Amino acid sequence: MSEPILSVKDMKVWFDVRDDAAGGIFPKTKKLKAVDGVTFDLMPGETLGIVGESGCGKSTLARSIIRLVKATSGEAVWMGRDLLSLSDADMLAVRKDIQMIFQDPLASLNPRMTCGEIIAEPLKTHFKGMGKTERREKVKAMLEKVGMDPSQINRYPHEFSGGQCQRIGIARALITNPKLIICDEPVSALDVSVQAQVVNLLMALQKELGISLLFIAHDLSVVKHISDRIMVLYFGNVVEIGTSQQVIEQPKHAYTQKLIASIPIPDPRKEMARRKVRRAERAAS
Amino acid sequence: MNILDVKNLSVKFDTPDGVVNAVNDVSFSLAEGKTLAIVGESGSGKSQSAFSILGLLPKNGHAAGSVKYMGQEILNLPEAEMNRYRANEIAMIFQDPMTSLNPYMRISKQLSEVLIHHKGLSKAEALKESIKMLDAVQIPDAASRVHMYPHEFSGGMRQRVMIAMSLLCRPKLLIADEPTTALDVTVQAEIMDLLIDLQEDFGMAIILITHDMGIVAGSCEETLVMFGGNVMEYRPTLDLFDNPQHPYTKGLLEAVPRLDQDVQTLSTVSYDFLEGGKS
Repeated sequence: MSEPILSVKDMKVWFDVRDDAAGGIFPKTKKLKAVDGVTFDLMPGETLGIVGESGCGKSTLARSIIRLVKATSGEAVWMGRDLLSLSDADMLAVRKDIQMIFQDPLASLNPRMTCGEIIAEPLKTHFKGMGKTERREKVKAMLEKVGMDPSQINRYPHEFSGGQCQRIGIARALITNPKLIICDEPVSALDVSVQAQVVNLLMALQKELGISLLFIAHDLSVVKHISDRIMVLYFGNVVEIGTSQQVIEQPKHAYTQKLIASIPIPDPRKEMARRKVRRAERAAS
Repeated sequence: MNILDVKNLSVKFDTPDGVVNAVNDVSFSLAEGKTLAIVGESGSGKSQSAFSILGLLPKNGHAAGSVKYMGQEILNLPEAEMNRYRANEIAMIFQDPMTSLNPYMRISKQLSEVLIHHKGLSKAEALKESIKMLDAVQIPDAASRVHMYPHEFSGGMRQRVMIAMSLLCRPKLLIADEPTTALDVTVQAEIMDLLIDLQEDFGMAIILITHDMGIVAGSCEETLVMFGGNVMEYRPTLDLFDNPQHPYTKGLLEAVPRLDQDVQTLSTVSYDFLEGGKS
């Protein structure tokens, strides 16, 4: 068994929010426990899917690992070093190895930069010695790798479709040769036909490059398809973690069971039968 | 008798770049109490078809063709006449419950208003009816929650309020435009189950607009698949899933990963059926 590439231990992210119920003249605060003690390991080359309903803390957890939000306590051990206690300069160096892809493909690309400039940006930060020509060659090769036409390098984000924008986001994440990519709902905003293309691309690239993926999504069907293991978050806590097969076929926690029972299956006979079961359960309760 | 007969419906938009054909020659019919799904991806024209039926197109939109409600032509009716059909006969619910409810108005007022305006009820009667309807959509403690503002409800509860509002005048046809897209899956299942239960209780027909083949499978007798403003396939749902005729339908069904099946690679939708491919 190899060493985990990332080891998250007892991660907590608490926010101070106004407590409207407290009363009194001066506003009081209470703790909103967005992430409340999450522990997991990620192996090299592994895809770990994170599912949960909106507000369960999946994005906050991901952001806390690369310090886009400040963790209250816990550890994120990356190749032997705790990311949460690194200096800013050391953290910047690590960011070369951990990249991120976001949900809204258009909103996460700067509208005033060409797609070539967007993809080259991480190179400017992390490979300061690289010459302009080399950078451009690298960007062109990367465009090709994500299934786009390198001749489109001078176009702006608004000239691309949602799927193409997400490919640009993937290219930007891959350009530094990262070891881990955190994908925060990367296909939720896409039509199903485009979603399939982007999922296939991510899986093919991962196989080729051997990177690890943290794949956050609310769609359990997509997560199951792409992940080796699945972690289910509920109100900031891990309620279940296991291989995709275990979690889908033998869900232990009541929330996971409810989630699986709620996902519509595109098969009229099965779906009608499940609806009957749900109705009987409702009538019984 | 069919509750709705749509024949050769087309929707065009005047834009600075010329005329855009959003919907071309769409025809379908819907029997009383039945459910039709209109499925398609973004830009397929599914919502615009529905908007044109209720006369809700923006100013630069023009609808042509024929839409008959219980045998009466209703397409492009003058506003005043159209208002007699809206809410009373045909109601609509939208994707995002927060933007379709007025954030400055208590739920009680928003619901009562519909009944006062369309049915001429008194304030007190309207409030009583509103509470009854909130009960019907299973909002707990309806009598006190009716006085709350939309932001005090969760997303799922807001969509229940929207459904209650649309059913106040007992419409015979409900058009639901992606009613569960903004909701968590567990809430989605509850709302869809609720809609189907209400459909039986109230005996109304539903046009369900969605992009999710799973939702279609569980709730609709007939399905119409749209792409690029055109009808690709229009058949009973069981037939369509058992034996999709159009390559686009097939592609849509196979592109979605499923919990009950394992595949190595997702198949992608082929656009070979378009002349010259997809640009």
